[in-house]
Amino acid sequence: MDNILFFILSALAIGGALMVILARNPVYSVLFTILTFFAIGGHFLLLNAQFLFIVNIIVYAGAIMVLFLYVIMMLNLNKQSEPTQPFFIKVIAAISGGLLLITLLGALRGMDSDKVISDIPYSDIGLVKNLGKVLFTEYLIPFEISSVLFLSAMIGAVMLGKKNLKDH
Amino acid sequence: MGEFFKYFSPSIYNYVILSSILFAIGVMGVLIRRNIIIIFMAIELMLNAVNLLLVGFSVHHDDTGGQVFVFFIMAVAAAEITVGLAILMMIYRNTGSVSVDSLKNLKW
Repeated sequence: MDNILFFILSALAIGGALMVILARNPVYSVLFTILTFFAIGGHFLLLNAQFLFIVNIIVYAGAIMVLFLYVIMMLNLNKQSEPTQPFFIKVIAAISGGLLLITLLGALRGMDSDKVISDIPYSDIGLVKNLGKVLFTEYLIPFEISSVLFLSAMIGAVMLGKKNLKDH
Repeated sequence: MGEFFKYFSPSIYNYVILSSILFAIGVMGVLIRRNIIIIFMAIELMLNAVNLLLVGFSVHHDDTGGQVFVFFIMAVAAAEITVGLAILMMIYRNTGSVSVDSLKNLKW
């Protein structure tokens, strides 16, 4: 059962990711990105990381992708305004990406196969209770600093979004 | 049928392969496309591939650190995308295009 779920979720993630970079229309790219994020969220659930599953759905599929859709809507992008790349550059890009993949997978050859082939054991560290306890004791200072980061990002976005920056 | 699915067990080995494939697709997306929005989305794909691998290894080693790092990566990615899209709006307002080629002369 786990194997079938893993296969389906992986196929969805890889197919969605391919469609993100191949779709001509930016709106379709955003929708396929949401599909990919849901598939990756399913993987989190398969690994029993329930907190990260919810955060992934709310933050990525919810907030960030809606932001993308709003920007595409405001810029009024469509197939006609899509910038194109020469064909040979696309071929070169695909070859370099494939070489990177071969390099990453080649590093797996030396792995101790008995230990890594076995299924990942059940663990409850991904539950909200356990993760929250660690987040508010061991990682409290980074957690508080990230709120400052959000404040600066918010101010920066408002600053950059102003109509006439030179007037201020 | 069972023979076929035998190779797709949720082991750390398969998660490394899946994350590598997703990361390589993200790199290809950055290289292939000219549209800044699509390049942003390809960067998000790469971040998610790394997140998946971090969660996989965190569960494999039964260590909470990996999942906390994924949480912080998500927070930083959200902030990064907010500022990045604001800059993109600015670029579009000034150049009237969303192609990365409109930024090649490095002057106002």
